Amino acid sequence: MQKAFLQTLYDLAEEDRNVLMLSADNGIEFDKLFKRDFQQQYIEFGIAECNMVGAAAGLASYGKIPFVHTASNFLAYRAYEFIRNDVCVQNANVKIVGFGSGLANSTLGPSHHSTEDIGVLYSLPNLTILSVSSPLETEQAIKEAYLIKGPVYIRIGLVGEPEIQENLPENIFKKNNIIRDGGDVIVFSTGSIISEVLAAADLLQESGVSAKVINVNKIKPFHKESLIEVCAGISNIVTVEEHNVYGGLGSIIADIMVQEGIGGELLKIGLHDCFAKGYGTQHDVQNQNGLDRVGISESILARLKTPNLA
Amino acid sequence: MTEIDEMSVKQLKKDIFLTAYHGRTEHAHLASAFSLVEILYALYVKRVMKFKVSDPEWRDRDRLILSKGHGALALYSSMAMAGFFPMETLKKSFCHPGSPYGGEPHLHDLDGIEASTGSLGHGLSIGVGMALASKIDDVKNKVFVIIGDGESQEGTIWEAAMSAKNFQLDNLTVILDQNEVQEMGTVEEVSGISDWTEKWKSFGWEVIVVDGHNLDELSEILASKNNINTPRIVIAKTVKGNGVSLIERRSDWHYRMPNKKQLKTFQDKLNITDSELA
Repeated sequence: MQKAFLQTLYDLAEEDRNVLMLSADNGIEFDKLFKRDFQQQYIEFGIAECNMVGAAAGLASYGKIPFVHTASNFLAYRAYEFIRNDVCVQNANVKIVGFGSGLANSTLGPSHHSTEDIGVLYSLPNLTILSVSSPLETEQAIKEAYLIKGPVYIRIGLVGEPEIQENLPENIFKKNNIIRDGGDVIVFSTGSIISEVLAAADLLQESGVSAKVINVNKIKPFHKESLIEVCAGISNIVTVEEHNVYGGLGSIIADIMVQEGIGGELLKIGLHDCFAKGYGTQHDVQNQNGLDRVGISESILARLKTPNLA
Repeated sequence: MTEIDEMSVKQLKKDIFLTAYHGRTEHAHLASAFSLVEILYALYVKRVMKFKVSDPEWRDRDRLILSKGHGALALYSSMAMAGFFPMETLKKSFCHPGSPYGGEPHLHDLDGIEASTGSLGHGLSIGVGMALASKIDDVKNKVFVIIGDGESQEGTIWEAAMSAKNFQLDNLTVILDQNEVQEMGTVEEVSGISDWTEKWKSFGWEVIVVDGHNLDELSEILASKNNINTPRIVIAKTVKGNGVSLIERRSDWHYRMPNKKQLKTFQDKLNITDSELA
């Protein structure tokens, strides 16, 4: 996804000289190509994320379109007040690209996990939040962010993620995207964990449970209408996220269900008010926290067996 | 300083006080505003900065960011005196419901405000971004950022200081309002630091120390050009609460208004009549 981000930004920078890349000493080889080809549009701030975000607001006041990028955790947590006061309060046209979202930085532990970023950023007025799961979606997210006049947080992974859909529909941000159909249970998820959710749906099918899977790639503003539409006829609603279940996708959907009077029960699968345990590959860390395909399918099956959901 | 300037500076202090007095607030950062008066008078009223009141969005204007946003009373009054909006309106509406004049300046409330500030340690980073944008777009202007000495305890001031030198921002001037006092004591007591010159020099900045209440000295320095490729800090030695001895250099006057008895002192020092308080 980082490559897709950089390739898309490379193309935008070529078309529009106001597009800038702001770096905090954290990137991949492709960043160096951008720097080589767009010296005037590449600004390195070093390991100083707050200063980078504040400066981005200043640049935006001149009509620049700065894309700040580093690991999600350094942006959402360390630079939070700069995102709030300088970018969101001022409604500055700054794009905040956080990579390594969720548990993608799986060998580095909780300091590098972004498992509360949606929680802290969701309540910021003026901020659009896009959360994508594949390189093609990342490309669309960066283009979408460029077109939005105002602050956008784009939550992406690292490199090497598989495509989820070979043919991505145009403008995936206009509705909640059904990526697998089913009738017994509806599963909402976001980010790179989607591939595990799809695998869990296969396991569920083997147990005779048909799951509809929705890829939520626009967290804010949330498509309430399409949520109501996709939930029609299904009362078992599940959310899966590499994020604390407090303040993340599950909380957002619970909130909308109550507000909109959508019936059914909600099972929130994610980190239950804890920091993720363990090291290894992203899959290893998912596994150790009940968030791999087996853990997800077992949680759903266990819930379906309880009397109120059977 | 000409006689007119002297009278105007006094008038500005009076306006600041009356704005706070008629404001819908029981507290105000009067002392923090009084240390800034000559600095802002030089920039706005003496027009060290170039700007167009009739076109506040003029691309080539100089920018001012009041990073110590709690000095807003001094900023509003100086802007009013420069013609951005009527002083009489300001004096009737500070912190009133629906008013654009809040306790900290807000970008979208008022033409001529360049950045929303209030939380300390933000303005210099925003200023770095503006000065960078001027370089990229080849805008020949200056970016001024006013910070406080208490504010300099915020780590992001130093992140920004490092980057400004690295980016060779010779269109950026920081004005340090060194009034030496913060809410819980003197800056030296609270942070152990009283000398800023060596610190900024070590970050590669051009450092100029001035008497922050000497209008002529301030105006001359602020109007002059920076050394090439070098950001500049003007360390303005000021007195917090300058002009009203009751509140001068007093940390307990950081955020308050006078009681009835103290009000008389303000009236005497600032030449305020009873009818002006009505």
